[in-house]
Amino acid sequence: MTRETIAVAMSGGVDSSTVAAMLRADGHSVIGLTMQLWNQRRLAGHEGMPESVQGRCCSLDDVYDARRVAQQIGIPYYVVNHEERFERDVIRPFVEEYVSGRTPIPCSLCNNHLKFDQLLVVARQIGAERVATGHYARAAFDETRGRWLLKRPADSSKDQTYFLFGLTQEQLSRTIFPLGDMTKPEVRGLARQHGLALAEKPDSQEICFVPGGDYKRFIDAYLGEQGEALPDTAGDLVTTNGEVIGEHAGIHNFTVGQRKGLGVATGSPLYVIQISGANRQVIVGGEERLYSRTLRARRVNLISVEGLREPMRVAVKIRHRHEPAPAMIERAGDDEILVTFDQPQRAITPGQAAVFYDGDIVVGGGWIA
Amino acid sequence: MHRVYLDNNATTPVLPEVFAAMQPYFVEQFGNASSIHHHGQHTRAAVEDARESVAALLGCQAPEIIFTSGGTEADNLAIAGLVSAGDHVITSSIEHHAVLLACKHLEEIGVEVTVLPVDGRSLVDPADVQRALRPNTKLVSVMMANNETGVLLPVEEIGKIATEAGVYFHTDAVQAAAKVAIDVNRIGCHTLSISGHKIHAPQGIGALYVRKGIQIRPLLYGGRHERSRRAGTENVPGIVALGKAAQLAKEALDRGDDKKMAAMRDRLQQGIFAQVEDAGVNGDNTTRVPNTTNIHFDHIDGEAMVIALDLKGVAVSTGAACSSGAIEPSHVLVAMGLRPDQARASIRFSLGKQTSPEDIDVALALVPEVVARLRELSPVYKKTALRS
Repeated sequence: MTRETIAVAMSGGVDSSTVAAMLRADGHSVIGLTMQLWNQRRLAGHEGMPESVQGRCCSLDDVYDARRVAQQIGIPYYVVNHEERFERDVIRPFVEEYVSGRTPIPCSLCNNHLKFDQLLVVARQIGAERVATGHYARAAFDETRGRWLLKRPADSSKDQTYFLFGLTQEQLSRTIFPLGDMTKPEVRGLARQHGLALAEKPDSQEICFVPGGDYKRFIDAYLGEQGEALPDTAGDLVTTNGEVIGEHAGIHNFTVGQRKGLGVATGSPLYVIQISGANRQVIVGGEERLYSRTLRARRVNLISVEGLREPMRVAVKIRHRHEPAPAMIERAGDDEILVTFDQPQRAITPGQAAVFYDGDIVVGGGWIA
Repeated sequence: MHRVYLDNNATTPVLPEVFAAMQPYFVEQFGNASSIHHHGQHTRAAVEDARESVAALLGCQAPEIIFTSGGTEADNLAIAGLVSAGDHVITSSIEHHAVLLACKHLEEIGVEVTVLPVDGRSLVDPADVQRALRPNTKLVSVMMANNETGVLLPVEEIGKIATEAGVYFHTDAVQAAAKVAIDVNRIGCHTLSISGHKIHAPQGIGALYVRKGIQIRPLLYGGRHERSRRAGTENVPGIVALGKAAQLAKEALDRGDDKKMAAMRDRLQQGIFAQVEDAGVNGDNTTRVPNTTNIHFDHIDGEAMVIALDLKGVAVSTGAACSSGAIEPSHVLVAMGLRPDQARASIRFSLGKQTSPEDIDVALALVPEVVARLRELSPVYKKTALRS
C-alpha cells in the first residue's frame, strides 16, 4: 500500500474519528480538519430558539471531541472556518426553498459545496491530494467505463449515497470512504480497539443547524436576525377539486404528504398533495392523490455514465428513507431528466433529491422539480 | 523538522535566563510572600526586586506596579477599576478584546462608550479623541502598539489631550513592552498594562502600572496583597520571571537590539516581496514595533496558509489567536478598511529574541512556495490572472 498525505474531515463523531485512527494506523500521514460551518450561538435564545447550544453541530463540544481524538492518535489538527460559504450555499437556499413551498435537503448542498469542494481545495492547498470522510459509501474507479463510481456501502442501513449524488468525477477521484465496507457496529468496535473515548457517542440524526428539528422556528429566527420579514405566504387550503376549504398561515409550514396541522376537520383524512408557491395555495386531498408515477429531476449530476443518450432502467430513491423503486429515466432537456416509475410513488416532494441506482451503483441524481 | 516560530505576538518562549531565575521559587524558595518568617521574607524580597525591574522598564516607581495574572486582567482592572455607571469611556476599534469587551461589559451596566475608528494605517487620530470628549468622560483607553499590525499609536498626543481634559488615560502596552522603550511619564498615561508571556516570561503573569495617588477599585477581594488593589497570594515564580524578563528587555533596548530585530524583520519582508507579487504590508508607512509585519497575500486564504506553513514547520498566524481554534476575520484589519478578502488573505509574522537569521532563511524559502501552491489551487486567483 502506498502511504500518502490524507486530510480527514473530522466532525467529532465516531465515524470520522475512526477513519482518522484507521488511516493513521495504516501509516498514512493524516491531517485532521474540522469545518466550522455555523455558529449556533448566533440564534440561541432568539424567537423561541433554545438558549443552550451544547451538544450541537459545530459546537465547541464537537470541535473539542475531534481535537482530543487528533491529539490521542497523534495527528496535526485544524479547524477551518467556512461559515460564510455555508450561510450562502446552504442556509440561504434552505430558507428560500421552504419559503417557496419546497422541502430542501441541506446535507446534499453541504456535501456539494462545502465538504467535497471547499474542504478539498483546502486539503490540496495544504498538501493532501485526497480527503477521507466518515460517510457510508464506496468510491472506486471502473476501468471498463473509464469512470469513477459511487456505490452503496456494505451496511445498507447506514447508506449515505443519497446525499452524495452531486459528486463530480474529479471529487470522487480525490475522495476516500474508508467505512464503505464496514457496518456501524464494526466501526464502533474499531473505535474501541483504537481506544477512542467517543466510541459510544450517539449518532447525530437531524439537520445539524436546526436544534430539535424545528425548522420553522429556525427560519423565523434566522430571518429575524437578518432583519428580514418572513414573506407573507399565507393563502388558501384548496382541495384537488379546486374547492377552498380553509386558510393557512404560510406555505413554509407544509410539506407534501403532511397530514397533521392542516387546521381543517373533514370526514376522511386529508393530506398535503401539492404546494403552489406562485398562488400560495396548499392543495389537499385524500391519500390516493399522493401517488404519482412521474417526476422531473433538475440540475442533474450523472456519475456512472457521462450522458443519457437513451432511456435507462434504474431504481430511484426520492427521499432518504425510501426504498429505491424501479423506474425508467430519460433525458428531458439540458440538465433535466424525466423519471417514470413502474408503480406510482407516494409523496414525491419538490426540493428533495431523486437519486438513480443501478444495483449498488449510483447512476446520478437531481433535484425534484 | 526544523521548526521556525514566527508567532511571538501570540506568545514567546521563556528565555533560559528567565527560567533559571524563576526555578528556585517552586521547590526551594516556596514561602508565601506575606508570611512573617524566613521563608516569607525571602520571597517578599524577590517579589519587590522584580517590582523594581518592571518599574525600571516602564520608567515608574516600584509601588506603582500591581502584579496581575496577565495582560487581560491588567486591562480589565484599569478599565473596571476607574469607571462607574454614568461615566463615559473613549476607546478605539482596534483594541485587543481584553479592552473592547471589558468596555462592552461596562456598557451593560450603564457606562457610555465611544469606539473611535482608525485610518487605513490603523492609526487613531488624536483630534478624534479631542472631539469625543464629553463632560462625563472618565477614561480614554488606546493601545500603544497593535498586536496584529505592530503599528505604534500616537499615545503621547492622546495622553496630552487626556491630561488637559482631566480624564484618565489607559494604554494597553502588551505588544509594545520590550519592543520599544516605554516611559509612562512621556506617554502621560495613568495606567499601562503589560503581559509576561509576550516578553519571554511565562504565561499567567502580567502587571498594571497605576500612577501614584490614583485610587483603583479592585477586581478581586480578599487579602491585602498588592496594597489592597489585587487580592490573592502572589504568583512568586511568575513575578520573579517577569522581573528578570523586564531586566533583560531593558538591557537589550539599551544595547539597541531592537534595531537588529527591525533589520531582520525588514529582511523577511523584503525577501517576501522580492519573490511574491500581489502582496503588501498592512499598516504601511507607519512606525511599527520592530518584530512585527502583517502582510496581505492577495487571493489566498490566510487560514490555509497558516496550516500549510505549520505543516512545513513555520508557525505564523492570521491575527489574534482564538480560543475555539477557529479563526474569525480580524476586527483590526477590517477596522483599517481592508476588503474582507484581503483581511482573510493576511498573515502576521512576529519575531522574538530567539529568532535567528537561519529562521528567516527558512521562512523565505517556504513562504513563496506555499503562496504559489495556494494561488495555483485558488479558482479566484486564476480568474484574476487571466483577466489582467
